[in-house]
Amino acid sequence: MMVNSENRKANKFNTKGNWFVIIVIVSFLLFPLVIKNDYIIDVAFFFGIYTLLGLSLNIVLGEVGLFDLGHMGFAAIGAYTTAILNTTFGIPVLVLIPVSAIAAAIFAYLVCSPIIHLKGDYLCIVTIGMGEIIRLTLLNNPFGLTGGPNGVFGICFPSIGNLLVIDSCVKFYYYIWIIIGLTVIALIRLQNSRIGRAWNYVREDVIAAEASGIDVRYYKLLAFVIGAALAGVAGNIYATKLMIVSPESFTFMESCLLFCIVLIGGMGSIPGVFIGAAAISFFPEIFQAFAQYRMLIFGAVMVIMMMFRPGGAWPRQRGKIQTESIIIRAEKSEI
Amino acid sequence: MKLIVEQLLNGLTIGSFYSLIALGYSMVYGVMKLINFAHGDFFTFGSYLGYTLLVMGTAFATSTLGVWGGMIAAMLVAAIGSGTLGILVERIAYRPIYPTGRLPAVVSALGASIFIQNSIMVIWGARPHAYTSEVVPDYIMNIFGLRINLLQIIILALSFFLMGVLYYVIQKTTFGAAIRASALDRETAALMGINIKLIIFFIFALGPALGGTAGVMVGIYYRKISFIMGWNYGLKAFTATILGGIGNIHGAMIGGLILGVLEMLGSTYVSTAYKDVFVFLVLILVLIFRPTGILGEKIAEKV
Repeated sequence: MMVNSENRKANKFNTKGNWFVIIVIVSFLLFPLVIKNDYIIDVAFFFGIYTLLGLSLNIVLGEVGLFDLGHMGFAAIGAYTTAILNTTFGIPVLVLIPVSAIAAAIFAYLVCSPIIHLKGDYLCIVTIGMGEIIRLTLLNNPFGLTGGPNGVFGICFPSIGNLLVIDSCVKFYYYIWIIIGLTVIALIRLQNSRIGRAWNYVREDVIAAEASGIDVRYYKLLAFVIGAALAGVAGNIYATKLMIVSPESFTFMESCLLFCIVLIGGMGSIPGVFIGAAAISFFPEIFQAFAQYRMLIFGAVMVIMMMFRPGGAWPRQRGKIQTESIIIRAEKSEI
Repeated sequence: MKLIVEQLLNGLTIGSFYSLIALGYSMVYGVMKLINFAHGDFFTFGSYLGYTLLVMGTAFATSTLGVWGGMIAAMLVAAIGSGTLGILVERIAYRPIYPTGRLPAVVSALGASIFIQNSIMVIWGARPHAYTSEVVPDYIMNIFGLRINLLQIIILALSFFLMGVLYYVIQKTTFGAAIRASALDRETAALMGINIKLIIFFIFALGPALGGTAGVMVGIYYRKISFIMGWNYGLKAFTATILGGIGNIHGAMIGGLILGVLEMLGSTYVSTAYKDVFVFLVLILVLIFRPTGILGEKIAEKV
C-alpha cells in the first residue's frame, strides 16, 4: 500500500519534472562550451562549491532541523586534511577525497556526540563555538602543521596518473558538477529512504518521533556525520582549486552564508539549495558595478526576500496532508 | 598578585562591555524568541556616532562641554541613535517577517546586519578610526602600586550603574513585570491586557541603546574602532548570553562578566593566541553539564 502510493508519487513527479531536469542538466553540460570566458566559468565553479556546501548543510539544517552555524569548520577539516597530507606526503588528491570525508566525519562524531542533546539555540551557539575553535586553532599553527595565517600552499591538481590532469577552469567546472550530480542522486535516494523519513519526523516533532521508536540521538548524529563528510569533500575540492588553504576562508561569516543558502532556497529542498547558492555566488558578481554598495544591496535583498517568500524560493514538495508551511510547524514543535 | 588584580580589572571592564551588549540580546530573545544578529552592528553604529560627535568640527563637543561632558554627550547621542536604529530595524525587517516563523527572521536579521555593517562602511569609510587623545585623554593613577587608568574605573562604574538601573526596572517595577510576563508567554500576557507592541518597542529601543553606549565605551577604552567589530563583539556577547542562560537579565550580566574575566585569565595564564579557544571551550563544557546555561531555568518539555 505504502510502496504503491510512493511509486505513484514518484511516477507523477517524473512525468512532470522530467523535461525540466533534462533541460537543466544539458544546460549545465553545455555552459562552458557556449561561454568561453574563464572568469565566468570560475564563478560557476564557486557556485558549485557553494552548492556542495549548501547540500551538506541541508542535511543537518534542512532535513533534521538542527541549527548548525559552524558548518565551515567541517569543510576546514577536509581542506586542511587534503592540504597537509598532499604537501607533506605527496598523496594524490583524488585518493584524499574519501580520506577528507572520513576525517571530517570522525571529527563531527567526536565533537557532536557530547552536545547532541542540546536544544535549538544552545546547539546553535555550540556549533558557532566549534567553528571558531577550529578556525582559531588553524590560525595559531599547532605543531607547525597548518602554517598559521598564511595557510598551506602548493597543493597538487587532481589527476589520474598522467592520463587526466584537472588543471583548467573548464575541467574543474566539469569535475565539481559531476560530483554534485552524483551527490544529488545519492541525496534524493536518501530523502526517500527510511533514514530520510526518520530525519523529517525528528524535525517535525522530536517527542512524537521518540515516542514512536525512532532513536533521535542516533539519527541526529548520523545527520551531522553525513553532512560533515560531504562538507569535507567540498573542502577537498576547494583546496585543490585554490591550491592554498588559509583560515580566513572558513570564518563565521561563511557559515552564516551557508545558513542563508539553505533558508533562501527552502529548508530540506535540493533544488532550493541550487537557487540559494546561485543567489550567494552570482549576486555580488552581477552588482559589481555598484562596487561598495553591493553587499549593502545584498543585505536588503535578504530582508525583502524573507518578507515575500518566508518558506524559501523553492520549498520542498510535500504530500497533501503537509501543505502547510513547514517552518510554522517547525516553530511550533519546539526546535 | 599585582598582575592578577590588574588582569581581573581588565577582565571586568571587557566583561562589562559584553554584559551591556548581551542585555540587548537577552531581552529581545526573551520576548521575541529571536536571535538578533544585527545587534552587534547597533553597537558599532553607536561607536561611530560617538566618534563623529567627538571629532566633528575640530572637537567642538569637547571644547564646549569639557572632556567629560564631551564623552557623556557622545554616549547620549550614541544611545539615542542606536535606539532609533533598533526601532527602525524592528519595524522594517522583523515585524513583517516575525509571524511566518523564526527561521526566516534569522535570515532577515543576518540581512539587516550585513546592510547596517556595509552602510557604516559606505558612510564612514572602510579604514578604522580612532578616538584621539585630544578628546579622550588618559588619566593614569597609582593606587597601592597598581597602574590604573581613571577612564577604566569610570567605564566600569557607569556600566554597573546602567545594569543596576535596568535590573531595577525589570525586576521591581510594574512595567518590568509586564516585560517578564511577555517573556514567559506572549499570548497569555497579551490576553491579560499587556500591550505587547509597547513592550517590543521598549526592548528594541533600550537594547540597542545600551549596545550603542557600550560602543562609545569601547572606543574610549581601546581607542580604535572599525566597521566590522560588531561581529566579534556580537558573537562574544551572544556567547555570554547563552553562558548565563538566555532570556533572563541577571544571566546576561553575569555571563558577560564571567566571559570577560575568563578571556583575560586565558590570555594571561594559557596563551594570548588561544584565549578565544579557551573561552569557547569553557562555554561548551558548561553547556554539556548545564544545557540551559549557568543561571538558566529548566524548561519542561511540551508535547
